[in-house]
Amino acid sequence: MCTMYCPRPVVDTYNERLEITRAPHIDYAQAIPSSYYIDAKACLRVNFETCNLCAQTCTAGAIDFSQKPKNLELEVGAVVLTPGFGRVDESVLEKFGYGRYPDVLTAFEFERLTCASGPTEGHIVRPSDNRPPKKIAFLQCIGSRDETCGNGYCSSVCCMYAIKEASVAKEHEPDLDVSIFFMDVRTMGKGFDDARKRAQEKYGINVIRARVPRVDQVDGRLALTWTTDDGEHHSGIFDMVVLSVGLESPEDAEVISKVADIGLNRYNFCKTRVDSPLSTTREGVYVAGAFQGPKDIPESVTQASGVAAIASELLADARSSQTVSITYPEENKALEEQEPRIGIFVCHCGVNIAGVVDVKAVRDYAASLPGVVLYEDPLYSCSQDALKSIAEKIKENNLNRVVIAACSPRTHEPLFQETLRSVGLNPALVEMANIRDQCAWVHAQEPEAATEKAKDLVRMAAAKARLLSPLEQPTVDVTPGALVLGGGAAGMSAALSIADQGYNVTLIEKSRQLGGNLRRLTWTLDGENAKEVLEDMISRVEEHPGIEVITNSSVESISGYVGNFTSTIATGKKTRLVNHGVTVIATGAREYKPKSYAYGESPRIITQLELEEKLSRGRGFLKNARNIVMIQCVGSRGDDMSHCSRLCCTQAVKNALKLKELKPDANIYILYRDMRTYGFYEDAYREARKKGIIFLRYSPDEKPQVIKQARGIKVRTRDRLLGDDLEIPASLVVLSAGIEPGENQELSKILKAPLTSEGFFLEAHAKLRPVEIAVDGVYLCGLAHGPKSLEESVAQAKAAAAKATIPLAKGKVAVAPIVSRVDQDACIGCGICESLCPFNAIRLSKVGKRKKAQTITASCKGCGICASHCPTIAISMGGFTDEAIMAQIHAFSGRECGEE
Amino acid sequence: MSKSGAIMVLGGGVAGVQAALDLADLGYYVYLVEKKASIGGVMAQLDKTFPTNDCSL
Repeated sequence: MCTMYCPRPVVDTYNERLEITRAPHIDYAQAIPSSYYIDAKACLRVNFETCNLCAQTCTAGAIDFSQKPKNLELEVGAVVLTPGFGRVDESVLEKFGYGRYPDVLTAFEFERLTCASGPTEGHIVRPSDNRPPKKIAFLQCIGSRDETCGNGYCSSVCCMYAIKEASVAKEHEPDLDVSIFFMDVRTMGKGFDDARKRAQEKYGINVIRARVPRVDQVDGRLALTWTTDDGEHHSGIFDMVVLSVGLESPEDAEVISKVADIGLNRYNFCKTRVDSPLSTTREGVYVAGAFQGPKDIPESVTQASGVAAIASELLADARSSQTVSITYPEENKALEEQEPRIGIFVCHCGVNIAGVVDVKAVRDYAASLPGVVLYEDPLYSCSQDALKSIAEKIKENNLNRVVIAACSPRTHEPLFQETLRSVGLNPALVEMANIRDQCAWVHAQEPEAATEKAKDLVRMAAAKARLLSPLEQPTVDVTPGALVLGGGAAGMSAALSIADQGYNVTLIEKSRQLGGNLRRLTWTLDGENAKEVLEDMISRVEEHPGIEVITNSSVESISGYVGNFTSTIATGKKTRLVNHGVTVIATGAREYKPKSYAYGESPRIITQLELEEKLSRGRGFLKNARNIVMIQCVGSRGDDMSHCSRLCCTQAVKNALKLKELKPDANIYILYRDMRTYGFYEDAYREARKKGIIFLRYSPDEKPQVIKQARGIKVRTRDRLLGDDLEIPASLVVLSAGIEPGENQELSKILKAPLTSEGFFLEAHAKLRPVEIAVDGVYLCGLAHGPKSLEESVAQAKAAAAKATIPLAKGKVAVAPIVSRVDQDACIGCGICESLCPFNAIRLSKVGKRKKAQTITASCKGCGICASHCPTIAISMGGFTDEAIMAQIHAFSGRECGEE
Repeated sequence: MSKSGAIMVLGGGVAGVQAALDLADLGYYVYLVEKKASIGGVMAQLDKTFPTNDCSL
């Protein structure tokens, strides 16, 4: 109402200014909090004391102009900075016609155009004439990798979102011609290279390697000219140009820096160190997400969990000192066991339901259903007032079953379950009928039929409600200790964090000493001394009273479930048992052993790590070095390993710079496919070019050749600019060998932890649960998850430590009430359920003479696979018993529901 | 001086929300501060996410 009546138009920033809204509005339907707000800058009442239309029209009386801004003073033990990123200044975009030519859009604007909730409802049209474009060009690196605008770094996400937006565009309009102009294709994230390849093949997106310098308008269309790396000039006409704008530091970075008293780096992002990527220059102030450096969603989420661990390390003594706990009255079991006394609440949801469905008719119909003793129609059943009133009505009328005919249980069921708990009823005794999303919304044009359907849905819900029974909400005690598998940088960081948060850790390392791959590193990617980082980490682990290190050991078996694992640790021939509540996988990975480029045939053909080891022993071997050739993507992005190993580009650049420093007169060549020096590593790449390191791109079908001759080594590669082969007599060939997964199969079997096709461990959800796996209580970090830098491994280890500490800190694991239950008399012990359960949550065990299935309720997710496959129907699901579902189906057909 | 068990998280995008959730789960009281009217940040503006094209909201 307020938005409808407000006379003041404002641009809709949520829709990237492509649409107009009014001063009071909500950004999007699913916004949290889900209430409308007034844009104070635009509001006539706030600025000129005129107009009061919104306040007068608001039926809920929710607009109060007497409210004033308040200053709050909060006492906190730590501060976490997650302000996100800023936008590239429009002056940078003007060079590409943005602002001048209407059909030049930013990628953010294009994103809104492709979105069903956007200004065009997902139709891609040109702003100039509202017609669908036929040819679209995406220009990469706008405001990134560009020193002229002060942003020398790579924004690390634009390659991915451009490919995504191009794919979505092709899905909407298969005949679209889409070209993406890259300098390098930087899809170095886990699984990203495969996704890029699939998108290119499936949608036929043109990949052009060139930087487009400017955009011109010709006859209402957009003209681009570009030069490819073979020196050829090209030009083309497009209907729409999308600028893949980079991520900048937040607009108020300097204010934050001043207020929080923290340092910024040269690009105004937060200053951090490689071995403590989430700590600012001030103790107690931490950082996560894009403010720490441009990054994508999974990495932001990982850092966010990691930062929680670090704050928790600092404040471990004060844990639970300020949390609020909710107490509930005791459950009224006597009432629950009585004959069903059902209360039905048919929600108006404002006009969402009542605008289509005749809510009062549905309410009156509900009165006729058996067992119903109360029927009402609240305006918004989820509002605080309504919930309170529902609670009172339950008490007054001694209700023992409640039906809420409203919206989706996915979003709102917990709210009503809480209401039941608050008056001493088991939360399983509420049933929802979705008469909004699945009725009013989809049948907006047929109000009468919608009303009939709402009656059907209510009748079915009531039929099920009659058969609902209270479900137990058991909790399981947690063994307050963690088992960390792997003593490399990730494993040690995770162990230290969990121990600093106050819990015992057993750290298992298979070799004789701690350190893992970090042992082989001489410098970190940022040029810091890797040995110092390593020694510091090892001494902290060894001196920590809460950490027990067991070297030369491996895990033979792990049994149990979240909160209560028992592992058998083998050290030589001896074994011992360890009880622990949680498990962290940090088993690492290793450098790939090259099978090509004459590796192993000469001491002068080595890998990057071997080079680092040589360098750490002295520079003598460089004495006569004239030409040094590095070859990228050895093993990676090819037949042996399909994934990109993420680090090798930066590692090569770093080592090349070091070699140049030690031997300035040597010629250093780097033969590459795409230079993937993402984020701030781009600085090193630029420095290397400035210092004369020669970068030559090769294509995968024309790989360089390493030829061993009697008197030396020759490297042959294609010089794309000359269009001819180039032969380099090499004094040293350094192969940038990729990162290969360790032997994870066995551990994968022991833990039932799935692996990716490449052989790394698979996380539960790539974006939202990046350090958890499908099995509860087992967490994942470091190279075992996929190739990543030391900095990223440390951040991820902290994240795994945060997730692992949650059950330890709670001391109890709540078991979801909706779990499977086995009727042991009906079970024939066939084992189908055990073999199918994806969560290791149902097992056969001996009961008397025969084997019977048993649910491990702490691990069960209530998916129902076991129940649906049981040949003797011996398994039932709490809250969804066969009887209740049958009753619901019968009620749909109108039978057995009593009123006929 | 005893430490406070409360933590302020500045910024309610995906990183801030995740940090706040984990901190609360770890037993701390969290103040989540956001300058806009709703949380979610830029991720709430996205349509799909790479590489699976899952819905971003």
